[in-house]
Amino acid sequence: MRVVVIGAGIMGAACALALAERGAEVVVVDRVGVAGETSSRCEGNLLVSDKAPGPEADLAIASNAMWRDLAERLDADRPAGQPATEFEAKGGIVVAFAGGEAALERFADAQRATGIRAEAMDAAALAIAEPFLSPEVARAIRYPDDAQVQPSNATQALLATALRHGARLVIAEVTGGLGRPGRLAGVRTTAGPIAADVVVDCAGPWSGEVAARLGARLDIRPRRGVILVTTPMPQRVFHKVYDSDYVGAVGSGDAALQTSTVVESTPGGTVLIGSSRERVGFDERTGVAPAAAMAAKAVRLFPFLEHTTLLRSYFGFRPYAPDHLPVIGPDPEVAGLVHATGHEGAGIGLAPATAELVAHAVLGTPTALDPRPFLPSRRGLRETA
Amino acid sequence: MRHVAILGGGPAGLAAAQGALAAGARVSLIDEGDRLGGQFWRHHERLTDPRLQHAWHRFERLRGALAGGGAQVLVGASVWSAEASVDGVRLRAVVGDADGDGRSAIDVDADAVVVATGAHDLALPVPGWTLPGVTTAGAAQALAKRDGVAVGRRTVVSGSGPFLLPVAHSLALVGSHVVGVHETSRMPALAGGWLPRPWELAGKAGEFVGYVGALARHRIPYRTGSAVVRVLGRDRVEGVVVARLDADWRPMPGTEREVACDAVALGHGFTPRLEAALALGCAIDGDHRGRFVAVDDAQRTSVAGVFAAGEVTGIGGADAALAEGAVAGFVAAGGALDDPRLRGPVAARRRTHAFATRLERAHGIRPGWTSWLDDDTIVCRCEAVTRRAVAERADVPLRAMRLATRAGLGPCQGRTCGRAVEAIVAESGGAAASVGFDRRPVLAPVRIGELAALADTDPRT
Amino acid sequence: MIRITVDGEPVQGREGQTIAGVLVGAGRTAWRTAQTGGRGVFCGIGVCHDCLVSVNGVEGVRACRREAVDGDRVEREVRP
Ligand SMILES: Cc1cc2nc3c(=O)[nH]c(=O)nc-3n(C[C@H](O)[C@H](O)[C@H](O)COP(=O)(O)OP(=O)(O)OC[C@H]3O[C@@H](n4cnc5c(N)ncnc54)[C@H](O)[C@@H]3O)c2cc1C
Ligand SMILES: Cc1cc2nc3c(=O)[nH]c(=O)nc-3n(C[C@H](O)[C@H](O)[C@H](O)COP(=O)(O)OP(=O)(O)OC[C@H]3O[C@@H](n4cnc5c(N)ncnc54)[C@H](O)[C@@H]3O)c2cc1C
Ligand code: FES
Repeated sequence: MRVVVIGAGIMGAACALALAERGAEVVVVDRVGVAGETSSRCEGNLLVSDKAPGPEADLAIASNAMWRDLAERLDADRPAGQPATEFEAKGGIVVAFAGGEAALERFADAQRATGIRAEAMDAAALAIAEPFLSPEVARAIRYPDDAQVQPSNATQALLATALRHGARLVIAEVTGGLGRPGRLAGVRTTAGPIAADVVVDCAGPWSGEVAARLGARLDIRPRRGVILVTTPMPQRVFHKVYDSDYVGAVGSGDAALQTSTVVESTPGGTVLIGSSRERVGFDERTGVAPAAAMAAKAVRLFPFLEHTTLLRSYFGFRPYAPDHLPVIGPDPEVAGLVHATGHEGAGIGLAPATAELVAHAVLGTPTALDPRPFLPSRRGLRETA
Repeated sequence: MRHVAILGGGPAGLAAAQGALAAGARVSLIDEGDRLGGQFWRHHERLTDPRLQHAWHRFERLRGALAGGGAQVLVGASVWSAEASVDGVRLRAVVGDADGDGRSAIDVDADAVVVATGAHDLALPVPGWTLPGVTTAGAAQALAKRDGVAVGRRTVVSGSGPFLLPVAHSLALVGSHVVGVHETSRMPALAGGWLPRPWELAGKAGEFVGYVGALARHRIPYRTGSAVVRVLGRDRVEGVVVARLDADWRPMPGTEREVACDAVALGHGFTPRLEAALALGCAIDGDHRGRFVAVDDAQRTSVAGVFAAGEVTGIGGADAALAEGAVAGFVAAGGALDDPRLRGPVAARRRTHAFATRLERAHGIRPGWTSWLDDDTIVCRCEAVTRRAVAERADVPLRAMRLATRAGLGPCQGRTCGRAVEAIVAESGGAAASVGFDRRPVLAPVRIGELAALADTDPRT
Repeated sequence: MIRITVDGEPVQGREGQTIAGVLVGAGRTAWRTAQTGGRGVFCGIGVCHDCLVSVNGVEGVRACRREAVDGDRVEREVRP
């Protein structure tokens, strides 16, 4: 079985590895190369804490568990030049300011019912866990399963491992499909045609455009996010710390600027402050509004940040579907086309489980995951397409 | 009345301000330094030895024109954000002590802007260059001029370009013994650049010869086709290895010799400070060997209302910066390029551009320089990333390479190592990136609290 | 004449000098601890961030850009 995977972001790299390991002949096609886009313009949070009960939470819980083995496997016997995934299960702490306690507790209760570990922390425990946190924090809940990878490096490690399993990388742009209408038999690229039994669309925020080039309909849109990075400093943030207003923003479809604060330190000594959400197409002019809003909220969480220096900021475009669920599985109208996209702000976390579902769709390999909520044929997607 | 903002108070920015005033505009000039003058006229009233200043009368005239024309002059003002839109240009600055905490915020809204952010030294990596005592040639010059101190007692100057000569001269005047000036380019290249069509050089060749004479009076040897290829020492500089080089800047085996010194000043040319122009959306020409803001005859960039002048558009020295600035400011204010008042600057610009081309021919970096690196030579100083690490990841997109190796991710944001890292990537077969490391949305360091204050007070954010 | 302290030790400089100017003038070359050892001034004009120090308790000040003020308390920064 020959499979063309379009896109060498986290999704394409994870799918390429899963398919190659299960015996498929894989060709990955990307117009810039590995980890050149969204998967290098994001944070690497592998979160369960922000997921409201539902199919995405189930996928996140499964994927979070899969990352642990996967990261260990990728990091073991790493050849020279392959970066480490920097997997770290540091855990997350979600905090609420006065007035937000009840909502946070309700949310955590609902999560516990789905199997997410969410532990209430008392003031003393919080002071030990995060000594520099604002004393105004009124409630804190610890999510021990929240973890992270360095997303760009994890993508590079996934692809390098896939290549060692026989996959090939072609740096070219996919311009169209091969085959007849309704039946895809490969792709046309700027480096020539590539025949395939199945084509997997992992083109991130461009996957709608790629689908159209392949004769399919798929509504995937970009949602811009900005992240701030401080200069390196002695470590003063020890977990991922989120303001509980994060929970509100993830599922919201509002176009206007939203920010929700996530503060954490990185192995390089910097502090990352994320992130904003705006629906502005692929507009690269971020202006200063998102940065200013995030800075203000970050200082509210960690007052010491006021005096630290902003080193850089970057932005990316989250790929999202109108119903805010990932799109994974066979295209309902074009045979030979499988989608793996629309993961919005959780694509890094959801990559291993997505790859398993893609292998299931392409090769029929078994999975304990339920593919149905994510199928491209679902109503929530079709109605708006 | 048209409002023209000028970003940078070096020769280009000062001339632009004067030009814009002459054409009848309201002018705001912004510079992060404590004083106007940029790199060329860096000074301090009580500390600068006047023998280190050149064309000072010209600076005084420009400064006088600004005061006379009622220009708003903001010094100690770091511009950290620049945006262009159909409504005009907005620069955001923090004003106060350098890197202070809680500086005041100032926005400058203007109809047009002249980007005159200049350049900084391009010092190529050399094994041992992270030892204390190694500085750029520009640092040696700046400390001599501004602070009246010498970077060392026994200094070796190495690199390429005519700038090494005034640096050596300044060092001598502030009391350092300059052991030698090593010009990496060889005589044939130098002759090819400097000798033909002398009229184009308009006094430059004379200046060059004048400096060579000054070095001779201070008994400073000037060697061509020679470079520092290694810096020696345990905790600080104790000496260097110099070698003769071939035409591609590859050290010639058997020519190495050790020289004792306690300071090394390196300068292999200049890198333009492109971040503001990029933030404003300006098109950039060139590749990692030299990348500059693209401008037309009137110093217009690709973005309406945005002009550029000085070293950001090409390395031509202070005279070129002055001529370009005069044109940019005048046209930005609505003046016409064929206005008789621009005849002088337009002619000067033609001459200085010819000079810039010849500078590059004579002193431009040659690809063989990477052969003086060891595999474990640190290339990115901030993050201590070696040449080997960069070469091993050369096959992935620059963004991915950067995140994997951390090259260019540190506090200087690749300003120091960017060109060298790109050269190593290119040499290792990696793909070229359009603007390399030059895109930096945060133009200058700003405190998180200073940023947060905007969210509280600025209704436009 | 001004006096500042560097990691507690008094250092004298001339009025108007930058902190880097004061330190270099006093014969010092390294005042920050980086991954590979000491660092001091490199670019001299605020570009390389090699010369960072804490001044009067504020972290991340470029010594080559900040004018020294009599009584300044300059402290070493160590790269984590
Ligand atoms: C600010 C921000 C923060 C985030 N934080 C997190 C987080 O903490 N945790 C988390 O899990 N997720 C996070 N995300 C989301 C995550 O980044 C994305 O879900 C994920 O990276 C998407 O991966 P991808 O492989 O689908 O897309 P991409 O990484 O964008 O890969 C798509 C690839 O397709 C290629 N391509 C496109 N069109 C073509 C074509 N025609 N021909 C050839 N190639 C093509 C592109 O070159 C690209 O390399 C964040 C996102 C943003 C923007
Ligand atoms: C350290 C150094 C020393 C030099 N010394 C000499 C010399 O002695 N003799 C000589 O012939 N040539 C010297 N040069 C070469 C010099 O670059 C040119 O001769 C000339 O100064 C270029 O003029 P300019 O106006 O283009 O840029 P510059 O003189 O560099 O002026 C640019 C100005 O923009 C300001 N700026 C940049 N970004 C920002 C921002 N974000 N916010 C606010 N302000 C900003 C800078 O502070 C600077 O003052 C030196 C270069 C360097 C790097
Ligand atoms: S010496 Fe480079 S920033 Fe101060």
